[in-house]
Amino acid sequence: MTKPTNDSQAPTDNVNEKALFDAGVKEYSAAGRYYYDIGYKPTETQVLAAFRITPQEGVSFEEAAAAVAAESSFSTWTTVWSDYLVDAARYSARTYEMKAVPGHPDQMMAYLAYPLDLFEEGSLPNLMSSIVGNVFGFKPIRALRLEDLYFPPALLSTFQGPPHGIQVERDRMDKYGRPLLGATMKPKLGLSAKNYGRLVYEALRGGLDFTKDDENITSQPFMRWRDRFEFVMHAVKQAEAETGERKGHYLNVTAGDMEEMYRRAELAKELGSRIIMVDYLVAGFTAFASLSKWCRANGMLLHAHRAMHSVMDRQQNHGVHWRVLAKWCRIVGADHLHNGTVVGKLEGDRTSTLGINAMMRETNVAKVENCPGHHFDQPWLSMPAMFPVASGGIHVWHMPELVSIFGDDVILQFGGGTVGHPWGSAAGATANRVALEAVVQARNEGRGLLAEGNDILKSAARHSPELRAAMETWKGITFDYESVDALEQRP
Amino acid sequence: MKTETFSYIPPFTDEQTAKQIEYFLKKNWIVGIEYSPQPDPALAFWNWWKLPMFGQHTAEETLAEIEACKKANPGNYIRITAYDSVRQGQVMSFVVHKP
Repeated sequence: MTKPTNDSQAPTDNVNEKALFDAGVKEYSAAGRYYYDIGYKPTETQVLAAFRITPQEGVSFEEAAAAVAAESSFSTWTTVWSDYLVDAARYSARTYEMKAVPGHPDQMMAYLAYPLDLFEEGSLPNLMSSIVGNVFGFKPIRALRLEDLYFPPALLSTFQGPPHGIQVERDRMDKYGRPLLGATMKPKLGLSAKNYGRLVYEALRGGLDFTKDDENITSQPFMRWRDRFEFVMHAVKQAEAETGERKGHYLNVTAGDMEEMYRRAELAKELGSRIIMVDYLVAGFTAFASLSKWCRANGMLLHAHRAMHSVMDRQQNHGVHWRVLAKWCRIVGADHLHNGTVVGKLEGDRTSTLGINAMMRETNVAKVENCPGHHFDQPWLSMPAMFPVASGGIHVWHMPELVSIFGDDVILQFGGGTVGHPWGSAAGATANRVALEAVVQARNEGRGLLAEGNDILKSAARHSPELRAAMETWKGITFDYESVDALEQRP
Repeated sequence: MKTETFSYIPPFTDEQTAKQIEYFLKKNWIVGIEYSPQPDPALAFWNWWKLPMFGQHTAEETLAEIEACKKANPGNYIRITAYDSVRQGQVMSFVVHKP
C-alpha cells in the first residue's frame, strides 16, 4: 500500500515564501492587541489585580504592563497561528489603569482586569498558575509584586471559605464578649509527649482558651504525633473538667502527604479535639482546601499558620503581598489566621496589619476606606469571617492597647508572656486572663484604654497576685501614649 | 470552677453590672437572663428567664428581673446574655450570680 501524502505540508526550500499568518514577535502593547487598554471599564464579573511593576531598563511601563497582562492571561512571547482560533477580545487580560508609586520613579502600579472564563470554579491553584505563575519570571520585568486581588462575586461564590467562621466558633467554644486567649507551647522542639501535655494542661487550667502546636511540630522522633495527640487531649479534658470552661489545642496535622494529614485529623476528632491546625502555605493550597472541606464535614475548627509567608511577601518590589495571601486563606477556608500583633516590633506594619484584620473580619463588603492598603473593595457575600491571631512578643502590659486596637474578634496569643511567668504557665495564664477581663470591663464602662491602661491593670492586680507578678516581671515596657495616639490618626 | 467571661475578676456590684448592661444597650444588643442549677460547659442552653428583653429595657429594669429570677430559682446560677440581630448571633454571656 502506498502512503498517502499531503502536499500542503511538504517542506520548501524557499525561505522567502509568503507567511501564512502574521508571524513574529509583536509588542504586547501594540495597537490592535488588548493588553494595554487604558480607560477600559472592567465588567462586574472580572477578576481585578493590582501589580507593582518594575520594568527592566529600556522597557517602557506600557510594554511591561501589557506583557504582564499577556503572559498572565492567554498569550505567549510570539504570535502563533493558533491565536487566530481564539477570540482575543474575550480572553485577554487588560491593563485598564496605571498609577505612579510615590517615592519610586522606577515603579508603577498597574491595574489589570481578567475575564472570568480564564479561571476554573473553586480552584485557587488554577488562578494562581495564571496570575502569579510564569509571569513573575518574565524577562521584560525586573520585579513584580501582586499587591491586591479582587474576587468578583461570580468567582467568590464558587468557594466555600472558612469551615465555620467567627460566630460559629464563639458558639461552639462558648466564648462571648471578649478576645480569646491562647499561647504557643515552648520550646517548640524536643519535649516528650507527656511533658508537652503538662505544658498544655498548665496553660489551659490557668485560664487560657487555647494552646497551640508550633508550626514545625509534626511527628519527630522525640515526640510522635499519636503520643502528642493523646497526651494533649488528656490535658485539654482535664483542664475543662477542672475549670468548667471549654478549651482547645490546635493539633498540627501538617504532614508529608494528604493521606497522613487525614489520618491525623481523624484521630484528633476521635479524641474529642475541637480544632486542628495546618501550615497552609507549606502544605499548599490543594492540600489546604481538602483539609478545610474535611473540617467543615467533621465539625472541626481550622487554625492556619502562615509559615513561609515572608518568602513571598517580604520584599516591597517583588512577590505577593501578605494581604493577598490572607485573602486566599479566607477564600479557601480557615477559621483562624496569624496576622501580626501591631504593637512592638511590628509597629511599622501597623496600618497594613489593621487593614488586613478588617478584610478578614468583614462579612459584607470590605471597603478600601476601612482596609488601609487595599486597592479594591471586596464583597464577601456573607462568607464566614476569620479570627485574626495576634501572636509574638506580647505580655500583660500590652493588654489595654491590644484590646483597644483589635476589639473582641481576635485571638491574643501570649507564648513567652504565659510560659515565662516566674511562677509557671498556670499563673501566667491567669495573669493574662485577669488583665484581659479587667480591660474589657473597663472598656465597656466607657473608660479610655490608652489613657487609663496602667491604672486599670494596677487596680486589677490588687486582686490577683499572678497579675502582680507578671507586671513586675515585664514592667520595663510601658505605654507611649503620644506615639500610639499619633499612629491612630494615620489614614 | 470558672464560668467563662468575667469569672477571673471579682464579682460585679449592681452598679458595675448596670454599666455593663448599659454598654450592651448602647450597641443595640438584646439583653437576656438565663439560669441553671449547674454551670456545666456541656450545657449550651440554660433556662430562659422569660424572653430576652426585646423592648430595650433599662439597666434598672434588667437588674430587677435578675432579682426576680434569683428569688424564683434559689440555688441557681444566673447569667446575662446578649444577642445582636445584625450579626445574627449571641454576642455576650457572663454569670452575675452564683449560689
